[in-house]
Amino acid sequence: MAEARLTVASFEELAMPLFDQLYNFANWLTQDRSEAEDLVQETYAKALKGFSSFQPGTNFRAWMYRILRNTFLTSRTGLKAMVAIDEEDASELPSGTETPESVLLQRSQEELLQNAMEALPVHFREILLLCEVEEMSYLQISETLSIPMGTVMSRLARARRALRDSLKQRLAMV
Amino acid sequence: MSDAWTDKLDLYLDGELASAEMRELDVHVRSCPSCAADVLNRVQLKRAVHSAGKRYRPSAEFHERVRRSVASEPRRSPMWIWLTAAVALVLVLAVLAISARQRQLAELRIAGEIADLHVATLASTNPVDVISTDRHTVKPWFAGKIPFTFNLPELENSGLTLLGGRVTYLDQSPGAELIYQIRKHQVSVFIFNARQVDQALTSDSGARKTLSFNLESWEQDGLRYFVIGDAGAEDIRSLAELFKKAARS
Repeated sequence: MAEARLTVASFEELAMPLFDQLYNFANWLTQDRSEAEDLVQETYAKALKGFSSFQPGTNFRAWMYRILRNTFLTSRTGLKAMVAIDEEDASELPSGTETPESVLLQRSQEELLQNAMEALPVHFREILLLCEVEEMSYLQISETLSIPMGTVMSRLARARRALRDSLKQRLAMV
Repeated sequence: MSDAWTDKLDLYLDGELASAEMRELDVHVRSCPSCAADVLNRVQLKRAVHSAGKRYRPSAEFHERVRRSVASEPRRSPMWIWLTAAVALVLVLAVLAISARQRQLAELRIAGEIADLHVATLASTNPVDVISTDRHTVKPWFAGKIPFTFNLPELENSGLTLLGGRVTYLDQSPGAELIYQIRKHQVSVFIFNARQVDQALTSDSGARKTLSFNLESWEQDGLRYFVIGDAGAEDIRSLAELFKKAARS
C-alpha cells in the first residue's frame, strides 16, 4: 500500500465520498453558500494537484479537511474570522448551573442551536463540528487542525462551554 | 457536582479514555447522581449538535461539476468511440490506398522506361556494342563499365541466341542490356543495381503486358532484372528462369 502508485482514478474514488461532509463543513466555516462552493471547489483542485504528496496509509479524510481549512484560513473571510483567536488569552467562560440541553431535545429548538453554533468563534465552531458531526478522534482532529492533542482537549472543552453559555442566554430570551 | 471525574467526562463520552479508566468511570457514574446528570446533559448536547451540524447539502449539479473537474477522463459515449474507430479505419485505408497507388505509378513509370530502352535498341542501327553469341565474351566486356557483375545463362537447346550487349542507363544509373533472339523476336534483358532503381519497385512483377510488350521483372542478389520483348509470355518466362538459375549458380 505504501508503495502503491496513486492515480487520478483513485483520487476520485477516495475524495468524492467526502463531498457532502466537506460541503457542510465549508458552509459552517464561511456562513455563505457561494463562498462555501468556491472553497470546496478550490479544495478539490488543490487536493488533486497535491495528491502525489499524500502519504498512502495516512488519514485521507483528515488530509482533505486540512486542505479545506487551510484554504479557508487564507481566504478573506477566513483571515477575518480567525483574527480573534488567541488561545492563551481566551477567558474561561463560567460553567452554568442550569441545563439547557434538555430543551434541545425538542426538534423545534434546532434552529436556536444552529444560531448559537453560528455565533461561536470559528475556531470553536470548527472543532465542535469535527468532533460531533464528523465524529473524528482527537488524534484526527489534531492532524486536521495541526495542533497538539492537549490543545484539542482544551479547545474542545472551551467550545462546549461557550456553546452552553450561548444557549442559556438565548433560551432566557425565548 | 464537581469531583475528580468531572474533567474527564468529555473524554469519556468522546471515547478518548483508556479502557481501564472507561470502566472505572462507568462504575462511578452509576453511583454518582451529580455526574450521571452531567453525563446526560453532555450526551444530549452532543446529539443535538450532531444533528444540527448536518445543516447544508450540496446540489446535485454542484456535486457533478466538481466530480467532473477531478475525474480521470471525461466519460465518453459509445457513439464517440465508434466514430473514433471509424475515422481511424478510414485513415488507415486511405494511407494504404495512397501507398499502393504510388507503388503502382512507380512500376508503370519504370515499365514505360524499360519499354522505351528496348524500342530504342531495336530501332538503332548499332543495337549492340559487343557483338557475340558467346556469353564468355559478352560478360567480361562489361567489366569496368558497370559497377556490378552478373552471370549469363547457358543457352544450349533453349532455342535462344545471344546477339550481344550494351551499356544502358535507368534513372541516371548504369546497367547492362543483353539482346537475345527467340525465333524472329528480339528480347532485351536489363540488369541494374537494385538500390539505384526506384525504391517503390520492391515486388516481383511476374509476367505482365506493357505497351503490348511482355515484361517480367524481379530482384535477385541486389540486382534488378527486366526481361522485355514482343515474344510470347512463355518465351519471356523461360528466359527469365534461365537468368534466375544462372544467378543462383
